[in-house]
Amino acid sequence: MTMQSPIDMPPKTRGLTVIAGAMSLIAVLLIVQIWLLSAALESFLAGNRHTALPATVFSGVMFLICLGLYLFVDRVDSEVRRSGEER
Amino acid sequence: MNWLRRASSGPLWKEEFSVHAADERYVTRRQLTKFLVLTSFGMFVGNIWILVRSLFYKAPSYPQQPVARLGEIPVGGVKLFTYPTKEDQCIMVRTGENEYVSYSQKCTHLSCAVYYSEASNRLECPCHQGFFSIKDGAVLQGPPSRPLPRILLETRGEQVVAVDVKAG
Repeated sequence: MTMQSPIDMPPKTRGLTVIAGAMSLIAVLLIVQIWLLSAALESFLAGNRHTALPATVFSGVMFLICLGLYLFVDRVDSEVRRSGEER
Repeated sequence: MNWLRRASSGPLWKEEFSVHAADERYVTRRQLTKFLVLTSFGMFVGNIWILVRSLFYKAPSYPQQPVARLGEIPVGGVKLFTYPTKEDQCIMVRTGENEYVSYSQKCTHLSCAVYYSEASNRLECPCHQGFFSIKDGAVLQGPPSRPLPRILLETRGEQVVAVDVKAG
């Protein structure tokens, strides 16, 4: 059994693979962000005010990673469409 | 804002409602990715909101309010009262000859009213079996994740006076 190299894949399939991969990573980060938000809220309601800043910083970093992944997907998407239009 | 432009030169409806099944799957995944990133932004905004609330938090000042007379309730007895507002139900337990403890009666899980179980010497929430320590209001068992807010009491002459609320 031979595995198909990503270069040999048709552009649309390659685009789908990239989007699926990015989506999985974003989903994992999102789950961590949801947990972080609920933990920060719980802590705030319990009267601890010092946890809000680190929680916000980490959440911000995770959002930036998600945004970066989205921009990457967008770039791949553009390339896939361009190659589709050229064909 | 190069990344905001549309990738294709064709009309948007042709891209979003393609006649090809494979294209439809492709567009759906792309849209879900956008939605996930937007949700991630929402989580970040939520954290910023908590941060702002924390930074501008002002500790409220609570009134001093007589809630019971000394010896009004027997040892192991309970008195219900409202503090600091008429909507905030509280429970006071006389745990010893000269010992009184008081907590908010609202369970920190889903706000059911907790009651004192003398047999097990703890505060119990009947809704989801959340148990709290009578000593400090800490969670002993069940779904609540925070202790009960404690009402600080002082004895002044013949009266027990509520003076402050200490969040769990």
